[in-house]
Amino acid sequence: MRYPETASQTGGPYVHIGLAPQQAGFDIFKNNFGANLCAPATLGERIAIEGQVIDGSGAVLRDVLLEIWQANAAGKYAHPGDLQAKPLDDAFRGWGRGGADFDTGLYRFDTIKPGPVVGRKGQMQAPHINVWVVARGINMGLNTRLYFSDEVAANAADPVLNSIEWVQRRATLIAQRGERDGLAVYRFDIRLQGEGETVFFDI
Amino acid sequence: MGPLPRPTDEFIQRDTGLHAPALTPDYKTSVLRSPRLALISIEQTLSEITAPAFQPEELGPLDHDLILNFAKDGLPIGERIIVHGIVRDELGRPVPNALVEIWQANAGGRYRHRNDKYLAPIDPNFGGCGRLLTDANGYYVFRTIKPGPYPWRNRINDWRPSHIHFSLMGDGWAQRLITQMYFEGDPLIADCPIVRTIPSEEQVRGLIAVQDRAAFVPLDSRAYRFDITLRGRRATLFENHVQGATA
Repeated sequence: MRYPETASQTGGPYVHIGLAPQQAGFDIFKNNFGANLCAPATLGERIAIEGQVIDGSGAVLRDVLLEIWQANAAGKYAHPGDLQAKPLDDAFRGWGRGGADFDTGLYRFDTIKPGPVVGRKGQMQAPHINVWVVARGINMGLNTRLYFSDEVAANAADPVLNSIEWVQRRATLIAQRGERDGLAVYRFDIRLQGEGETVFFDI
Repeated sequence: MGPLPRPTDEFIQRDTGLHAPALTPDYKTSVLRSPRLALISIEQTLSEITAPAFQPEELGPLDHDLILNFAKDGLPIGERIIVHGIVRDELGRPVPNALVEIWQANAGGRYRHRNDKYLAPIDPNFGGCGRLLTDANGYYVFRTIKPGPYPWRNRINDWRPSHIHFSLMGDGWAQRLITQMYFEGDPLIADCPIVRTIPSEEQVRGLIAVQDRAAFVPLDSRAYRFDITLRGRRATLFENHVQGATA
């Protein structure tokens, strides 16, 4: 017996009500899920990730919502399916969500730089963060990956990046490292359509 | 149902034919927000087969009760309903401890959102969002007010059917899903350009909750049944295990 997967539908323009109610404009839950993945005890290099999501006309989406899922600083996911012999970090779940700013369209996550995770057949993957994008006009959440501009050698050997046949498209997944007030800030813009279109994955 | 899934198993390929394509021009906003290039399918790694876990104590005791979780000086106005069902995977196995998040308009079709300017009023006692974790059997239940239809600027006279938005976080990132639930018998379903992005009638039917008279609470609430199917992990029968360094 096989049941068909429930059909996806757009998150719509008011996705924040359910997933980020404070941004929608009201306070309802005692404990809110947000875009800061770090507690004081979290291990690893603090980084920020910032960017905008851009449509096919070059306009910035101001109603988009993103989620990220990543390994800890040692390169281990907080999930029983990860059998790598690496330490868990009790102060790091590895997941966060955040809406773009309604005025500027800028999104931001405060997190740590993940360690490398093993891939298939023992090949190492470059450090990366899994990104999921939902919004009005997007019928099914878009999956992509964020890699880091200062991991040149690891990126060159990454099996997923290397599985992208169009070499020039791989660059759309590399976040550019900058610095602000002593904090590493990676810029990761996502282009939904047209020139420089970001690579999206069917995972 | 076959062998029980292990957290190290990968997920069955998504049947993209069961879902809306990205570009669905009758739903106008999709035109500029849909990739023009094909998705790139990848073999799954730890990144795709794992997902965050949530603990019951992270949620509040009324988080799944939309009738009470924003009530200030009285009850919200509208039809009192219970929505319940199971979250299972493609092979019929329950998905326990899944994070289910819901959001919706109030009885008049107005959302509590700073960008919603529809003239129907806000209900001071209704927030419109809730969340819960499925139990060991994949079962969930919440209580709410039946949302009203509302107009939207697609074609100038388009109206959404009554619906509740659902977000699901299962046990693997590859299962992440957002969808919408509709109500049996609503004549607006057939006309809706968002519903019609879905390629088959059968898949549309899968989004329509059925009135569940057996679960009515006499003199209190009606009930709707809505089951959800997420992707399933496939059994690893003959190949060496592909995840991790043990391959």
